[in-house]
Amino acid sequence: MLKPYITAIFTFFLVFAGFASAEHNGAHAAESKDIKTEIKSYINHHLQDSHDFNLFELNGSHVGFPLPVILWDNGLHVFLSSAFHHGETVAESNGNYYTLFHNKVYRTDAAGAITLDDHQHPTNVAPLDFSITKNVFMILVVALLMLWMFGSMSRSYKSGKGLPQGVGRFLEPIILYIRDDIAIPNIGEKHYKKFMSYLLTVFFFIWIVNLFGLTPLGVNVTNNIAITFCLAILTYLITTFSAKKDYWMHIFWMPGVPAPMKLVLAPIELLGTFIKPFSLMIRLYANITAGHIVMMSIIGLMFIFKNWIGSSLSFFLAFVLSILELLVAALQAYVFTMLSALYFGSAVEEHHHEEAHH
Amino acid sequence: MEKLISEFSVGLFFWQLVIFVSLILLLRKFAWKPILSAVDERETKISEALDQAEKAKAEVARLQSNNEALLREAQAERDAILKAARDAKDAMITEAKTKASEEANRMIEQAREAIRNEKLAVMTELKNQLAAFSLEVAEKLVKEQLSTNTKQAELANKLVSEIKLN
Repeated sequence: MLKPYITAIFTFFLVFAGFASAEHNGAHAAESKDIKTEIKSYINHHLQDSHDFNLFELNGSHVGFPLPVILWDNGLHVFLSSAFHHGETVAESNGNYYTLFHNKVYRTDAAGAITLDDHQHPTNVAPLDFSITKNVFMILVVALLMLWMFGSMSRSYKSGKGLPQGVGRFLEPIILYIRDDIAIPNIGEKHYKKFMSYLLTVFFFIWIVNLFGLTPLGVNVTNNIAITFCLAILTYLITTFSAKKDYWMHIFWMPGVPAPMKLVLAPIELLGTFIKPFSLMIRLYANITAGHIVMMSIIGLMFIFKNWIGSSLSFFLAFVLSILELLVAALQAYVFTMLSALYFGSAVEEHHHEEAHH
Repeated sequence: MEKLISEFSVGLFFWQLVIFVSLILLLRKFAWKPILSAVDERETKISEALDQAEKAKAEVARLQSNNEALLREAQAERDAILKAARDAKDAMITEAKTKASEEANRMIEQAREAIRNEKLAVMTELKNQLAAFSLEVAEKLVKEQLSTNTKQAELANKLVSEIKLN
């Protein structure tokens, strides 16, 4: 039953991978200055968030659609990102002028002047930017997709007499895997239920968002530190607020070790509670960012080699790497969920024979 | 590290937090709880069904052994009844035989008695008849012998001669 789904998913991404290469091909066809610098800036641009949803460039014009810009600068300023004209013009809102500099919004004057300091950082005031950027848009899309997918799945149980229908048949084993092999072994039969919603949501969110990152839409949500920070801080907060007496006991007054050691261990253990979610944040961020950089560099190599051996070799490499990235997309979701479950497990763990441990 | 901090976008963090937390809450209400409870329900149903099947199997085995025991009992009972009937039959036959032979013996004895009695009666009758005949014959003879005087004298002589006086 599973096979057609898997085949369909792979076909989907392979087709898109091919499409992706073709798209970059077109974008870089124009022979301009130094091609290496161009590839580098293109990669950087790809990794950054953007105020409009840019699908691709065709003959120097952008194909895509604008997104709303929401700024807090002594009052609310809302306008469409098309006002920036891709950073080329100054947008005016309620008497204030704003411009884009390296994809960031700065307040400026009507001429759009940006003053730079010694480190090439603008000294202009940056207003609080709550814009619906490309990544926010993607998060919304993924959230709606998940709501639709799992909502219809849960409804299908009623009509299917306790059996899932359609896509649920593919998703149910994954949900059961998270329950039986991630949540229950790490948290325990007694407490696992209250963490299931978070673990399932975080797993599918990271996975789907990573998969979208592999499509040529050019969105990679999880390579934003703000996203992984948000997920990690949620794990940290849930761990901290569901922690039982034993958890704090093990941090501040480790049982079973001599008193001086307890004093030494306490700050280390306390630091550990922050390092754990911090590692979650960095791991997801770094894996996805690295994957995208390597992927795009290899695609970029095609335009540097410019001969059929080198280009086809890098196409083959990009193809293999796409498949590897498919694995990484799921693996990172798994690792994040697994480690979150592990931390929740340590927070709710109850030691009946305290002195026997450690 | 500095790069990471400079890359950090407050707006993105804010939206991610809002969207993600509401996603968790919405999915919990509309998806995870119904799905997990449906799965749980199905799992309990399956394990219950398995338990019931196990129980039914045990019940069948129990009934089978019960049936066998009942069958054995019935067979034993039948055997006992047959044996009793056979015994009764044998006893009746023997009894009838003894009774019949006894009766026969008794009747034979009676017949013998009757025969003996008849024989005795006949003999007595015969004796009486013989005695009467003898007496008649003797009378007639005596009458014949002593019809004349000579003959009486002869007799007297004979009788006298027979008396030997020693």
